[in-house]
Amino acid sequence: MDLNEYLGLFLDESIEHLQAINSSLLIFEQRLDDEAVIDQIFRSAHTLKGMSGTMGYDAIADLTHEMESALDLVRSKTQPATPDLIDVLFVAAEQLETMVEDISQGGTGKLDVATTVVRLKQFIQKDGETDKVAANPVVSVIKNFECDVYSESVVRQSMASGYQAYVITVELSADVILKAARVYMVFDRLQNLGDVILSNPTSDELEQEQFETSFDVLFVTMKSEQEIQEGIKAVSEVAQVLIQPFEVPVEPVAAAATLLEPTDNPLNKKPVETVDASGEAQTPIAAKTIRVNLERIDRLMNLFEEFIIDRGRLERIAAEVGSSDLTETVERIKRGTNELQSLVLTLRMMPIEQVFNRFPRMVRSVSKDVGKNIKLHITGAETELDRTVIDEIGDPLVHLIRNAVDHGIESKTDRILAGKAVEGNLSLRAYHSGNRVFIEIEDDGAGINHERVTKIALEKGLLTEEEAALLTPEEAAMLLFAPGFSTAETVTDLSGRGVGLDVVKSKIESLGGEVFVETKRGEGTIFRISLPLTLSIISAMLVKLGQETYAIPLTAIIETTSLKQEAILQAHREKVFDFRGQLVPLISLNQVYGLPQVEADAYSVVVVRSGEKLAGLIVSELIGQQEIVMKPLGSYLEGIRAISGATILGDGQVALIIDSNALLRK
Amino acid sequence: MEQKWVVFQLEENAYGIDVQSVRSIERVIPITRIPNAASYVKGVINLRGVVTPVIDLRTRLGFDSIEETEETRIIIATLEHGDAGFIVDRANEVVEATDVRIEPLTDQKQEETTYLTAIAKGEEQLFSLLEPNRLFEEIIHA
Repeated sequence: MDLNEYLGLFLDESIEHLQAINSSLLIFEQRLDDEAVIDQIFRSAHTLKGMSGTMGYDAIADLTHEMESALDLVRSKTQPATPDLIDVLFVAAEQLETMVEDISQGGTGKLDVATTVVRLKQFIQKDGETDKVAANPVVSVIKNFECDVYSESVVRQSMASGYQAYVITVELSADVILKAARVYMVFDRLQNLGDVILSNPTSDELEQEQFETSFDVLFVTMKSEQEIQEGIKAVSEVAQVLIQPFEVPVEPVAAAATLLEPTDNPLNKKPVETVDASGEAQTPIAAKTIRVNLERIDRLMNLFEEFIIDRGRLERIAAEVGSSDLTETVERIKRGTNELQSLVLTLRMMPIEQVFNRFPRMVRSVSKDVGKNIKLHITGAETELDRTVIDEIGDPLVHLIRNAVDHGIESKTDRILAGKAVEGNLSLRAYHSGNRVFIEIEDDGAGINHERVTKIALEKGLLTEEEAALLTPEEAAMLLFAPGFSTAETVTDLSGRGVGLDVVKSKIESLGGEVFVETKRGEGTIFRISLPLTLSIISAMLVKLGQETYAIPLTAIIETTSLKQEAILQAHREKVFDFRGQLVPLISLNQVYGLPQVEADAYSVVVVRSGEKLAGLIVSELIGQQEIVMKPLGSYLEGIRAISGATILGDGQVALIIDSNALLRK
Repeated sequence: MEQKWVVFQLEENAYGIDVQSVRSIERVIPITRIPNAASYVKGVINLRGVVTPVIDLRTRLGFDSIEETEETRIIIATLEHGDAGFIVDRANEVVEATDVRIEPLTDQKQEETTYLTAIAKGEEQLFSLLEPNRLFEEIIHA
């Protein structure tokens, strides 16, 4: 068997399971008795074990095997979970991640996991000491069957029409010989009495005898417990039958609310506590999906782009011809393609959750390392972003978050001295706004000491005294992103290792994004990243400069206006105008792009914004709004000032896209 | 394989580039000016959906630029960093290596230019061999 073929699948699924383990572990830590969460970790470890075994990654298989055994003890209530166990599980999850990462880089996935295995084994061997707990019949524990949404609704409906739902635990005798046959007979009896909704293990696993001696079924019936008991007991080699009424799980919203209940938390002193402030249910419910090769989607995108260009062409022809039939058909095509477009674009979109998922654990371990108490709040994990951006944004975020934990939030002593709560807060937020996605990392730390930043920048020769004197606090804070800047007073293992924030900035810019800093001394800092929602199709305003056509992305535009000559004011050799009570600089695009400047009585002005800055761009004529397909100018013309790309218009001509951010930056 | 060159004209001078690197020869199509680029960058064209840069070879090689004529062509070459075009007065023919003798450049020529590699001399013709990648080298960092 050629395993290479399955490698991609293995990696994808492993990553999903590792994420599930990670997020479940964090909940587990808070609520040691949450069976659903333990089950989730157990199942993921189990699946990983199976897959890695098949693929020949023994280290992963060994480690997951021990995890599974340890969790099984917890799951069966043989042994209570301990903080130590959770620590080992975190370590194990981290090692698994390292190995999977290694495999994805073409490595062998080998790692020395012996210490972790030993620690897990120690936990497992404690089994003997706590035999008294195990002596209680396992079945006496009230079990609630974990089931999917579908089964749940079936149960609800049955109960509505007078059926009772039970969880039946059937224990076969320890010396049972024909396990599968007994299972079959039990099921056969049950089918006569009512309906089996689900079983644990699954019926396939039961058939293949992949269980010890007991199994659970979720069962709906009109019969009494007595009748069921008798029915099953009639099968030979059945040792015990335990029947419990099944409780339909609470609605997800209510469930999430109980998750947030702080009194629910036995270990309040843990360094990190993750709060999913969005109120989403924490146990992820898998949506039905198929895997599609990204290349196919990209091809679809390219074809669609061509189509959009031709649609533009068709619209123009229809306008020229002036036939109402044609115009109407074109209008319909337009509506259809608009819908198609939003659909095609969503194909590449993925929730940022999978990037955010790794942060709770990271913040937990990093804050432990630096001896700080930090609470991480995540909101908007469901926010969707282009797949390419998802793939690339992880590293910059890791850097910014580590930076916030390391430098942003003060040490415990400093916080007490500043009269703040000992526990620091770190918020990670994602949200859509217009055609952009924003990701914010906010800490309630000391804020950026801009004088110190300026001083260091001066020492490193990044700017001159004169320049430094003119800096606003925000501009000074942005110096953190200058190449060769690092403020770490002590070089820690975490950040300040020479790879600076400048790398973060250039990475974000390469994705068409921007990064801003907002900071208040003593109150905290916000790093705000703004990213394009999709990389290629954007809404733009087409304008004319002389005879040339340019496009300005709509996201940058606040409004278009007409400005009389006398409304233009002069301030320190700069042209400005009054925009809603604010003096805003006027930029002549003709001048920027080397065209002759034209004097007129009135000017068409496009007011654009970049961050906090506004500017008015003088254009010769406003043509109108249009969807355009962004195309790169290619490496030969990279870095042309204030041009971010090109697009092909309906008439086949190329129009350049104005980079208003660059215009405002200076 | 036999080496071949696409031979084209700037004023009375003939130049040849390796046929392998030529993607297509186009009639003049509308060119969008690129502001603030090097003087010889003519702009970009829509080459079947791909935005492709075009340079004016006359300006690049130090000739006076002229208005385009019926014979003006854009030669599209596949280069290290993508496709790019250059405008020539006239594209003549494809010449095979068997028809010409390759001679090295004079030392002086070699010092003056980076884009010329050799001279090809046949019975009826003489042309300079161009390395197109060199023509576009400087615009990257212009």
